Amino acid sequence: MSDISFVRTEMLPEQDPPASTVGLIGWLRENLFSGWFNSILSLVSIYVIYVILSGLLSWAISPTWGAHSLNECREILAGLGREGHYAGACWGVISERWLQLMFGFYPPEHYWRVILAFVLVGVGLAPVLFDKAPRALLWFTPIFPFAVAWLLWGGTIWGPLVAMAGFVVGYFAYRFVSGIAGGLLGIIAAFAAPVIWWLFLAGPVAGALGAILPIGIEAVESRQFGGFMLSVTIGITAILISLPLGIVLALGRQSNLFIVKALCVGFIEFIRGVPLITLLFVASTLLNIFMPPGTNFDIILRVIIMVTLFAAAYMAEVIRGGLAALPKGQYEGADSLGLNYWQAQRLIIMPQALKISIPGIVSTFIGVFKDTTLVSIIGLLDPLGLSNAIRADTNWNGIVWEIYGFIALVFFIFCFSMSRYSMYLERKLQTGHH
Amino acid sequence: MKKSVFLGALTLASMGAGVAAAATLDDVKARGKLNCGVTTGLVGFAAPDANGVWEGFDVAVCRAVAAAVLGDPMAVEFVPTTGKTRFTALASGEIDMLARNTTWTFSRDVDLKFDFVGVNYYDGQGFMVPKELGVSSAKELDGATVCIQTGTTTELNLADFFRANNISYEPVPIETNAEAQQQYLAGACDVYTTDASGLAATRATFEDPSAHVLLPEIISKEPLGPLVRHGDNEWGDIVRWTLNALISAEELGVTSANIGELSAGTNNPEVNRLLGTEGNLGEMLGLDAEWAKRAIMAGGNYGEVFEKNIGEATPIGLARGLNAQWTDGGLLYSPPFR
Repeated sequence: MSDISFVRTEMLPEQDPPASTVGLIGWLRENLFSGWFNSILSLVSIYVIYVILSGLLSWAISPTWGAHSLNECREILAGLGREGHYAGACWGVISERWLQLMFGFYPPEHYWRVILAFVLVGVGLAPVLFDKAPRALLWFTPIFPFAVAWLLWGGTIWGPLVAMAGFVVGYFAYRFVSGIAGGLLGIIAAFAAPVIWWLFLAGPVAGALGAILPIGIEAVESRQFGGFMLSVTIGITAILISLPLGIVLALGRQSNLFIVKALCVGFIEFIRGVPLITLLFVASTLLNIFMPPGTNFDIILRVIIMVTLFAAAYMAEVIRGGLAALPKGQYEGADSLGLNYWQAQRLIIMPQALKISIPGIVSTFIGVFKDTTLVSIIGLLDPLGLSNAIRADTNWNGIVWEIYGFIALVFFIFCFSMSRYSMYLERKLQTGHH
Repeated sequence: MKKSVFLGALTLASMGAGVAAAATLDDVKARGKLNCGVTTGLVGFAAPDANGVWEGFDVAVCRAVAAAVLGDPMAVEFVPTTGKTRFTALASGEIDMLARNTTWTFSRDVDLKFDFVGVNYYDGQGFMVPKELGVSSAKELDGATVCIQTGTTTELNLADFFRANNISYEPVPIETNAEAQQQYLAGACDVYTTDASGLAATRATFEDPSAHVLLPEIISKEPLGPLVRHGDNEWGDIVRWTLNALISAEELGVTSANIGELSAGTNNPEVNRLLGTEGNLGEMLGLDAEWAKRAIMAGGNYGEVFEKNIGEATPIGLARGLNAQWTDGGLLYSPPFR
C-alpha cells in the first residue's frame, strides 16, 4: 500500500467568494449592470434621477426659514446670488403657518386637547391593531370615541356620557324584549330604543345633569376646526365607522331576507352612484334649507356622516369581494358543524373574508382619508382650503409649491403608515395555506 | 302628487326661513356673535393671519357691523364660503350677511331674493400682459391665448368683448387664481384676465412686477358689495347704514384718530347726527346712539380701511379710482345722515 492516493481525502478550505459577487460591487453587478442593456438602462435612470434631484434639492435647500414674506425670501436668495423664478423655496411660510396647517383655527391654548385626543385614538386602537399591546387596554376601546369627541369639541362631559348611555339602553332593550317577545323583535328594539333615546331624551337628560353637576371644559366650535386635524378627524371617524357598517351592508346584501337585501343593495348602489362632492354639497347646502329653522346641525358632523356613508358603501363591496372569494365548502362546513348564522359568520366566514379583503380595505381607507380634502370645496378649511387662505395673505401671495409640498409630505406619512400596517397585518395573518 | 308634496315642503321650509329671518338682529344679539360669510381667501379682501384672525377689506365691513350691533368688532364668526356655497349659506340662515366680493347683478338681487345693501368696491374686469408682448390695448389681442377662470361672469364678459370687437382668442381654462399665476408665468397664456383688483394683487407677487402691464380697458362693471336676505328690512338697514356710515365718515373728515374729539360735539350737525350726539338715528335703527361711532372706530372710515388693506401703501397698491368720494371724482356717494 503506498501513500499515494489519486483522490483528495480532505476538503479544501472554504474560500471567500470572488470580490465581484459580494458586497457593494456584487450588488451593483447583480442588480444594475447584469448585461449591456441593463447597464445602459441603469445609467440613463441614474442620470434622470440626478437631474431631478439636483433641480429639486437646489430649490428645496434654501435658507429662508426665518423669512416673514415672499419678498423677504427673495431678498435673502438675491443676497446669496440666486435669482430667477425657481431660485429657491420660501420656507418661511411653513415655519410661520405650520401650526395653522395642523390645527386650523383651534385656540392655541387648547392644542394639547387635540394632541391628547389623537394619542387616545392610538391607545384605544392599539389592542385592536397589535396583538402585542396589553389586553387591559381593551376596556378603553369602546370608550375612546366618546372621550376623543369630548376633548375635541369640549363642553359638558354629560353630552358624551349620555350618548354612550344610548348603547346601554339598546343592550337592555334587547335583553328585555327578546326575553318576552323573541329574537327578531329584540333586535328591532335594540336599534329603535337608542335612536329614541338619542333623538328625544338625550338632550334634556344631558341638560338636566349639566345643571345639577356642571363638569366640563371650554367648548370649541366646529368652525374653528381646520387643517390636518380636520382631515384626521373626518378620516378616522369615517374609517372606524365605515368598517363595521360595511360588514353589515355586505352581509345584508347576501341575505335571504328580501327587504334587508333590497335596502342594502339600494343603499350601496345609490351611494356608489353619486360622486362624493355631490354628497358634500347636499350636506352643506341642501340639508340647511330643508331642516327646520333654528336647528343647528353641526356642519362637520354632517360632513362626517356623508363621508362615512360613502366609505361604508365602498367598504361593503370590498368585503363582499372577500365573501365571494371564500369556497362554498366553508359555509357548508360551518352549517354541518351546527353553527347558527352569527356563529358561522363570527368564527368561520368573517375571519377569512376579512383577511382576503385586507388590501382592498386599506386602500379604501387611504382613499377616504385623501378624499377628505374635497371638503375644501364646500368652504371648510382643510389643509388644501387653508393653502388658499394662506396665499390670500399679502405676505405669502404667490407661494404655491412650498405649501403643497408640505401638505403632500404629511399626507404621504399618514397614507404610507397605513399601507405599511396593512402589509404587517397580512404577514401576521399569513397561515401558509395559499 | 309627489311634486305637490315636494313643493309643500319647500314652501314650509322657505316660510320657516322667512320667520327666522324676520328677527336677524335679535338672533345676532342673542348669539352675541355676527355670522359673516367671507371668501375662503382673497388677497386684500379676506384672509386669516398666522393667528387665525381674519383681515381684509371685506372683513372690515363685517367688523364694522359687529361693532355697531354688538359693540365688539371681534365678535364675528367668519364663515368661509366658496363661489358655489355662498348664496345657499345666506339663504339658509347659516350666515347673517355676506361680504364676499360679490357682484351686484339683477338676477342675484331679484331672482335669488337677496338685498345688496350698497357697494363697497367698484371693480371691473381688466387684462394683464407681459410688457415684452408690446401690446398697449386689449383691442390688439387678436388671436391671443387668454387664461380665464371658468364658471364666472368674467368668462362671459370676455366672450362678449372679443365678439363686439370682432377679434378672436383662445381660452385657457383655469380653476383658481393661484393656478392662473403659475400658468401665466409659465407662458401657457399671453393674457390673464380677471377683476382689476385681482390682477393688481397678482402682479404685486411677481418677481419683477414692472415686466407686466395692466391694459387700460376695463370691459365690465363689477360693483362688489355686502348683501343680506330679502325679507328682513330692519337688518338690511343696519348693514346698509353701517356701510354708509364708513363712507360718510370719510367724506365728513371723521377718522379713527379724531373721532374721540369729534364725538364730544362739533359745529357740523351731520357729524353730530352720525356720531350720535344729536338726533336719534341709532334709535330708529333699533340700536343705541353710538352705533356709528363704534363702527368707525372698528377699523377707521372707508378711506382708512381702503388704505390699510388694498391701498397704495400696501403691496397690492390699488389707486382709489372709481372708489374715491364723489367730491374727488369717484362714485362713492352716501345718502345723507338726516
